[in-house]
Amino acid sequence: MAKQLIKGNEAIVKGAILAGCRFFFGYPITPASEIAEAAAYYLPRVGGTFLQAESEIASINMLYGAASGGVRAMTASSSPGISLKQEGISYCAGSELPVVIVDIMRGGPGLGNIAPEQSDYNQMIKGGGHGNYKVIALAPNCAQEMCDLTMLAFELADKYRNPAAIMADGFIGQMMEPVEFPEALPRLEKKEWAIYAEGQDDDKLICSILLDPPELEQHNIKLQEKYAKIRQNEVRYEDYYLDDADFILIGYGVVSRVLQSAVDELRAAGIKIGMLRPVSLFPFPTEHIQHLAERVKKFIVIELSNGQMVDDVRLAVNGAKPVEFYGRMGGVVPTTDEIIANVRKIIEA
Amino acid sequence: MAVTAYKKAASFYESYERKSGLKDVTHYCPGCGHGVLHKLIAEALDDFNATDKTVLISPVGCSVFAYYYFKVGNIQCAHGRAPAVATGIKRVLPHSVTIAYQGDGDLAAIGGNNILQAANRGENITVFFVNNAIYGMTGGQMAPTTLLGQKTTTTPYGRTTANEGMPMKVAEIISQLDAPVYVERVAITDAKHTMKTRAAVRKAIKNQLENKGFSLVEVLSVCPSGWKMTPVQAKQWVEEHMFKIFPPGVYKDESAERDIREANKFIFSTEDIRSKLDIPSQEVIKSQIPQVPERYKDPRMILAGFGGQGILMLGVGLSEAGMEAGYNVSWIPSYGPEMRGGTANCHVNLSTNRVGSPLVSKPTVLVAMNLPSLDKFEDLVVPGGLIIYDSSLINRAPQRDDVEVFAIPATELADKLGNTRVANMIILGAYIEYTGVLTKATVLDALPNFLKKKTMVPLNRIAIEKGIEFARQKMNKS
Repeated sequence: MAKQLIKGNEAIVKGAILAGCRFFFGYPITPASEIAEAAAYYLPRVGGTFLQAESEIASINMLYGAASGGVRAMTASSSPGISLKQEGISYCAGSELPVVIVDIMRGGPGLGNIAPEQSDYNQMIKGGGHGNYKVIALAPNCAQEMCDLTMLAFELADKYRNPAAIMADGFIGQMMEPVEFPEALPRLEKKEWAIYAEGQDDDKLICSILLDPPELEQHNIKLQEKYAKIRQNEVRYEDYYLDDADFILIGYGVVSRVLQSAVDELRAAGIKIGMLRPVSLFPFPTEHIQHLAERVKKFIVIELSNGQMVDDVRLAVNGAKPVEFYGRMGGVVPTTDEIIANVRKIIEA
Repeated sequence: MAVTAYKKAASFYESYERKSGLKDVTHYCPGCGHGVLHKLIAEALDDFNATDKTVLISPVGCSVFAYYYFKVGNIQCAHGRAPAVATGIKRVLPHSVTIAYQGDGDLAAIGGNNILQAANRGENITVFFVNNAIYGMTGGQMAPTTLLGQKTTTTPYGRTTANEGMPMKVAEIISQLDAPVYVERVAITDAKHTMKTRAAVRKAIKNQLENKGFSLVEVLSVCPSGWKMTPVQAKQWVEEHMFKIFPPGVYKDESAERDIREANKFIFSTEDIRSKLDIPSQEVIKSQIPQVPERYKDPRMILAGFGGQGILMLGVGLSEAGMEAGYNVSWIPSYGPEMRGGTANCHVNLSTNRVGSPLVSKPTVLVAMNLPSLDKFEDLVVPGGLIIYDSSLINRAPQRDDVEVFAIPATELADKLGNTRVANMIILGAYIEYTGVLTKATVLDALPNFLKKKTMVPLNRIAIEKGIEFARQKMNKS
């Protein structure tokens, strides 16, 4: 296969189209605008529709409408825009609509800045909207995964009739790397629940309102069962030098790239250290961490946040071993040296 | 004696089973206007033979349960968002009849922008807007269309201009836009008005069937429960009070002037998709990683200069050629306002191993094309590293004595070639010749793949060769 040097944000769009996505609804925001721009360029070429919506709120609701029509459709934004979409994401989860949402995370709170942060973890993984719902969330750490995980996000969204998100950051979005694009996926079968306006819709209803409490409880129970299945089947992670590791660094996205360099250098210095990179943030690799906790000395979680994913690591470890945290905020990405220095401090403490 | 048999429209379910206990009655209050409008819509769908292809968007409000009744594809959506949801599904199903059914709080308050924008895009949809001057579902609060002086649960002393402003006139507002084809305000207070409403409903649906664009019918309706009136009093109140503020009438109608068009059909195809996505079909790795002196191997580079000097392009060129030589590569720019501020830098890795951090904090190579860049990054270069700087723009040599320094008057050389902007490619040529990280052949092969302007290939080629020649001369001298 031929490789192409390409920006992560653009790889998302090509991956989406190869996965069969033909509809994009979005609103400009740095550092996610290239996604909208690439979608505006490529979708009309393949018979698709790009529409710049009047707001993030409109775009997630256009997605709600498009997904009701049985097609693969997506939106993309960055943190403040994702906050605006949360109501719509909750509706998509409630109505069990397969949609794909890309979040190129930036610094917050408020307007913050446009540099990379990972402070949307809680709003995406813990449910930023109302209700008992979960969004499948995948975290690429290179341009290749921007393509591959976007394609996977569409597959998982349809498999479970659930929203799926790509959680990346400004650096992974802006970075150019070689990508090998897979073959296009075949056209989807018709979805039995979707509306096609061809005369077989009279029993179809896309809806999240269930006024009767026992009925809504049943719906919620069904959703929880679905999430349990997702937890069982869809956990994805990458191990890096974990076999004999005494210490495990945990990080995702651009952080994992820095951690990889740090592990290489620390290993060269004779320290038995490795890295666990969650690729799926929901479902989280909880069991894997539980197993690792049986044999390692310490976990060190590194995030571009005040410590959000670390909560899930601590829940998994459940006090069995120390879980330490090192984070940077405001768009500051730690250097390899900085990680090494702080990891050494923590190890030696 | 002739007998007229009134039959329920086929666009309604035979029995309303979606809520237990309804069967043949609706959930609406006695005297409510929704039932009448539902009936007019259902009959129109029957008559146009459109039931099978109709998608109804139910809003939030009393008509949230419109899907109990209409035997069509039903979507219930978030408060105020029906026009956005309708836009989404109509774009997917252009052959459908997509109807957004909205109340006054839904359309004119929380969804104000969505209706305005959908109308302004001229979405080929039909909007039925029920204006009863109150929030019925939530128990009778003020709506944007509540009249001055009208008492609601949130205007217990009556609506005032000072506190809540004036009633919002939706038909007037939407009719000001160029895109909509048809906007009319009607009422269902008596038989005469209801017949007008019937005609308006039909026209608004027919326009969509003929792909003429956006139609909105504002229906002045009643809410006897919310208004605390009998149905008869409520109808009188509409005529006496609402008509003054919301005069019924046609506000815009270009139905006759607009062409009847065929509906598009969304066709999914993967034909030729890779070339449409500009995905290369040829294997790009053509050459091999050359033998490189140990100190120049696997460079981690910071390239920096003014915006406009082609710094980012220099990085992309190195990355593209690096990839084509079989290196693992990464390129990452400074982006956003920083970029707009006039300075630019990027980090490039060319590695025989997997690239870890794409961020270069300890560069083995620094290319500085202006003085601020040299000042900023000089100290970061690892001992034994290489600093290349444009000596035609930077009036001082690097101060470090533990690094290798390569001065090149790149801008001057570029000017001699007739274009200042190729200084970056002169540096590229000099760098690869000096370090051997990439061969000339690889870089020249890669050139058309990373240069956006194809007409610039010949000049950039000459610039690369010029850089190579300069480095060669310099190496021979030393």
